[in-house]
Amino acid sequence: MTSADRQKRWEHFSHDADIGVRGIGPTMKDAFEMAATALTAVITNPQSVRPQTAISIACSAPDRDFLLYEWLNHIIYELDTRRMLFSKFEIESISETTLQATIYGETVDLSHHKPAVDVKGATMTELKVSEENGHWLAQCVVDV
Amino acid sequence: MDLKLLRRRNEFEWEISPHGKMRVPAVIYASEDLIRAMDEKVYEQICNVATLPGVVKEVYAMPDAHWGYGFPIGGVAAFDPDEGGVVSAGGVGFDISCGVRLLRTGLRASELHKVREDLAEALFRNIPAGVGSKSHIRLSGEELDNVLLGGARWAVSRGYGFPEDLNFIEENGQVKGARPEEVSPRAKERQRPEMGTLGSGNHYLEVQDVAELFDEEAARTLGLKKNEVVISIHCGSRGLGHQIGTDFLKEMALAASRAGLELPDKELACAPINSPVGQSYLGAMRAAINCALANRQMITHFTRQVFKEFFPGTKLELVYDVSHNTCKEEWHNVEGRRRKLFVHRKGATRAFGPGHCELPYELQKIGQPVFIGGSMGTGSYVLVGMKTSEERSFNSACHGAGRAMSRTQAIRKFQGNKIVHDLKARGILIRSPSFRGVAEEAPDAYKNVDTVVDSAERAGLAKKVAKLTPLICIKG
Repeated sequence: MTSADRQKRWEHFSHDADIGVRGIGPTMKDAFEMAATALTAVITNPQSVRPQTAISIACSAPDRDFLLYEWLNHIIYELDTRRMLFSKFEIESISETTLQATIYGETVDLSHHKPAVDVKGATMTELKVSEENGHWLAQCVVDV
Repeated sequence: MDLKLLRRRNEFEWEISPHGKMRVPAVIYASEDLIRAMDEKVYEQICNVATLPGVVKEVYAMPDAHWGYGFPIGGVAAFDPDEGGVVSAGGVGFDISCGVRLLRTGLRASELHKVREDLAEALFRNIPAGVGSKSHIRLSGEELDNVLLGGARWAVSRGYGFPEDLNFIEENGQVKGARPEEVSPRAKERQRPEMGTLGSGNHYLEVQDVAELFDEEAARTLGLKKNEVVISIHCGSRGLGHQIGTDFLKEMALAASRAGLELPDKELACAPINSPVGQSYLGAMRAAINCALANRQMITHFTRQVFKEFFPGTKLELVYDVSHNTCKEEWHNVEGRRRKLFVHRKGATRAFGPGHCELPYELQKIGQPVFIGGSMGTGSYVLVGMKTSEERSFNSACHGAGRAMSRTQAIRKFQGNKIVHDLKARGILIRSPSFRGVAEEAPDAYKNVDTVVDSAERAGLAKKVAKLTPLICIKG
């Protein structure tokens, strides 16, 4: 594991009715990938999901906050329509306004994944993408 | 919440005077204890709602209010289109027309006892619930548009239920003005595998016992008898509503920014009712309301099929169906003038009082039924709207117990398998695809529903009719 990998992490934060997802890392790309892992962790243990099938995602938005909103909502759309869970997120290119990625996962297996909850959508509550001293943070509350 | 922020109008009514950019006062209906326990975010959010253009009279927070998105959950606000009033996607929420319907079975709770384990299994097998659960039904694009136009009326025309059900659903099961062409292809795609499914989170189907009656006359009108079995179904517009919320939240936030409308919170994204975006959202949102009404109608049909296996000849009749995440066009008296307003109810139930012209003949004397879902272990309530609710809250009441604890806290504190075990010892059967999901919805993660309902009644919003206690809960 490189030192950059060690700096990457995700976490959840509290919201009265729902739950917040937060990705942290040395780059904006890392923070976005970690936020996506935090999203999966709302539903199930990301380590239980095998990265078998690859799906391409491309999104654009007027600024980086909206880009995170779009990124997470694109993943939620794929989760919902394909009945899949995702555990590996590879962002191939990212700017303030566009993103191109491949996400990997498998079809939901109820007995294996024991999914706790559907995510309805990423919201603009606590929506923030920021950088401080070389640490990037990407977060928002998701509605479950 | 700090009581010093509020001016007490009476025991259950607290005012926030307009300050800053607030155009109207904000009012919270709750007991002192509930106010003290209420999140400060409710104060912030309800004050933000009061700054929106075209807001009328006052904005309200119900006794179960908690931190939401833009609007607090349990928030009510009305807007006048002729005074620049807005419609807000955040003010309706992601689960458009999420709601509760109640069915009466005419069965005694004692009759259910012998078969309850098998009944729980059969309901769990036949009502698709939880993440990744699939519906048996796949609709073509054209048929999905028929759902979005026809609502529960579409469902009945396809054999899901009876024409008489429609009489006991808001707007007779079909909201006018739905525009399926305003619903994105992504929203329709999300809905395709989800018609007739319960969903997850706090959604459920519960078999309940009428444990207590508070108003004999209203109970008689609603066909509720003590110790008889009823069924509550709590779910919404599923993926379609969620995607419409996502699509329009973004569109409205961008439109507001282009129009130079300064929003105190991005999530309060809104558009003038009389604008292309506003009209487009209203058309899509009404389509989602019809989707939710059709969905609850289909689940009712599946439930009836299961009950028929166990109790041949039993007719499950619809008591009523309410929606608690909506924006509806309604006429209200404001300062002596009859005005057409767009009333947002985010986590709040419409509660027309007795004699309201939109109620069916059978309910004219008692007012609109209001269903308050409690937590799995405690119980739920049936109330009816009061005459005073027009003046107090644009005919609105609370919708649930309201969370006392976040999901992250609940997972840390409770274990799902232990909750299922403990509730079973108390005679309550839980069926759920996920123990973690059960832990997130733990009974103690919610406020005391009794206190919330008492506040609603004493504030003059809705009157208690019956308390229902759970026997079987199918948790999504």
